[in-house]
Amino acid sequence: MSIKLEHVNYIYSPETAYEKQALSDICLEIPQGQFIGVIGHTGSGKSTLIQHLNGLIRATSGVVYYEGRNIYEDGYPLKELRSQVGLVFQYPEHQLFEISVLKDVCFGPANQGLPEEECVARAREALEMVGFPEKYYDQSPFELSGGQKRRAAIAGVLAMHPRVLILDEPTAGLDPRGRDDILNQIARLHQQSEMTVILVSHSMEDIAKYVERIIVMNKSSVLYDGKPKEVFSHYQELEAVGLAAPQVTYIMHALKESGIAVDLSATTVMEAADSIEASLKKAGKETVGTV
Amino acid sequence: MDIVQTRQLIFDYDKRDDEGKVIGHHRAIDRVDIDIERGQFIAILGHNGSGKSTLAKHINAILVPTEGTVWVDGKDTRDPDELWNIRQTAGMVFQNPDNQIIGTVVEEDVGFGPENLGVPTEEIWQRVEDSLKAVGMMEYRSHSPNKLSGGQKQRVAIAGVVAMRPKCIVLDEPTAMLDPNGRKEVLEAVEELRKREQVTVILITHYMEEVIGADKIFVMDKGNVVMEGSPREIFAEVDKLKEYRLDVPQVTRLADELEKRGFPLSRGILSIEELVDEICRLN
Repeated sequence: MSIKLEHVNYIYSPETAYEKQALSDICLEIPQGQFIGVIGHTGSGKSTLIQHLNGLIRATSGVVYYEGRNIYEDGYPLKELRSQVGLVFQYPEHQLFEISVLKDVCFGPANQGLPEEECVARAREALEMVGFPEKYYDQSPFELSGGQKRRAAIAGVLAMHPRVLILDEPTAGLDPRGRDDILNQIARLHQQSEMTVILVSHSMEDIAKYVERIIVMNKSSVLYDGKPKEVFSHYQELEAVGLAAPQVTYIMHALKESGIAVDLSATTVMEAADSIEASLKKAGKETVGTV
Repeated sequence: MDIVQTRQLIFDYDKRDDEGKVIGHHRAIDRVDIDIERGQFIAILGHNGSGKSTLAKHINAILVPTEGTVWVDGKDTRDPDELWNIRQTAGMVFQNPDNQIIGTVVEEDVGFGPENLGVPTEEIWQRVEDSLKAVGMMEYRSHSPNKLSGGQKQRVAIAGVVAMRPKCIVLDEPTAMLDPNGRKEVLEAVEELRKREQVTVILITHYMEEVIGADKIFVMDKGNVVMEGSPREIFAEVDKLKEYRLDVPQVTRLADELEKRGFPLSRGILSIEELVDEICRLN
């Protein structure tokens, strides 16, 4: 159960003046159930990469396997793939169009050919999963706040019961609380289901807080692929390619340079607090001991 | 005289039904009084729907008050004869870099504003050059804007505003769509401008780290200004900010967490250096 990319290359507008290699020789395996973060500066190939995962873009060369099957082979059910691998685009609320929230969320399952009752049941379930308040189900999606619109749009993809959920910058433009709410919901969803979640984000702090694996894209290739602690230990290299580490990483390095023995691999506020607390207490004891 | 002043500012949006008939009002700004001094760096924080963008749009008369008054450089924004003066005094940069560039070449785009103002050609070129230099985009002057990165496009958009020689620039979430590098580029360009041109900068953002250098922060909630103060004063109120759906920079949150665990740290720590100094003192 996984998605596998083998030597995937993608070239935009081949053999024209605008020819551009957007992906070069990507080899990746994404096992079912992982929570993955994808980072990279604008134009690094992140969006192109995720659009390969549900067959929206066809590789110029190389193969994408979903559950062991080559998605480019003749007769492969791509429509089926797209409901299994759900993609939530940037600013998904721009794609809301129905007269009520519930109807909008029903659109995906209805397109899958499910009977109306089942569609409504799934829509309600999906809206509940993203914490969308029931009192707005019959409201026009255009009258909602930014955060609620975003939830409704994500529910629209969840209602198709995807096995893999890909979110491209799901919190761009949201206020801090809206951002935390949505990411917490997604993390809960990931824990409760066996769903793979792939989060594309420019916020290193969010990535550090939620994901178990980070894929760093740079110049159409994978630069790093590993646990957040490993990846953020390369913070200087990340800066060189237009990225950064969470602010906590810089704090820990600065503390270490000032002679405080802290864990450099801490990437979240809580980890940092734990490490600083331990270090200060230990230092305190030693001082007491020497006195 | 302050560059921007509002008194009992109220703004109501019309609510309309499917046929476009007005069926009610939504009060987006509710009796706001603010005073912004010339040359300051002002930040406006607030959750989605708190009224900050609506307020911003009053500063260059895209919106005019339902009730109350807004003065920009002493001019009442409701006076139609002053409209162009006000727009020239206060320039605006929006969130989406792709929606605000119109020229096919960078320098043309930047020159569009002053050309519209009827500035003589010689001077337009001078202004284009100065503005592009100010945002560090001089080497791209003859490039096509659609080949630029998000951060570069935003800097071109800022240059376009700067070329109109405004006294005040309002930036409404200029970094929301950018990657970390793009964000840094835009903020550095803004900082450079403040130093060089001494313009008043009003920055609206959801990134708390971006406003620690501000002279003053306004926090908005439900159309009101609910907090007003220096970054240190504002970010000392970690729990209060959470109630307003906001946050503090990670370094401030870490300091707050350590303080809750019993370590005596000052409140409202804003920079890594400050935190490191204080922890070293404890050690």
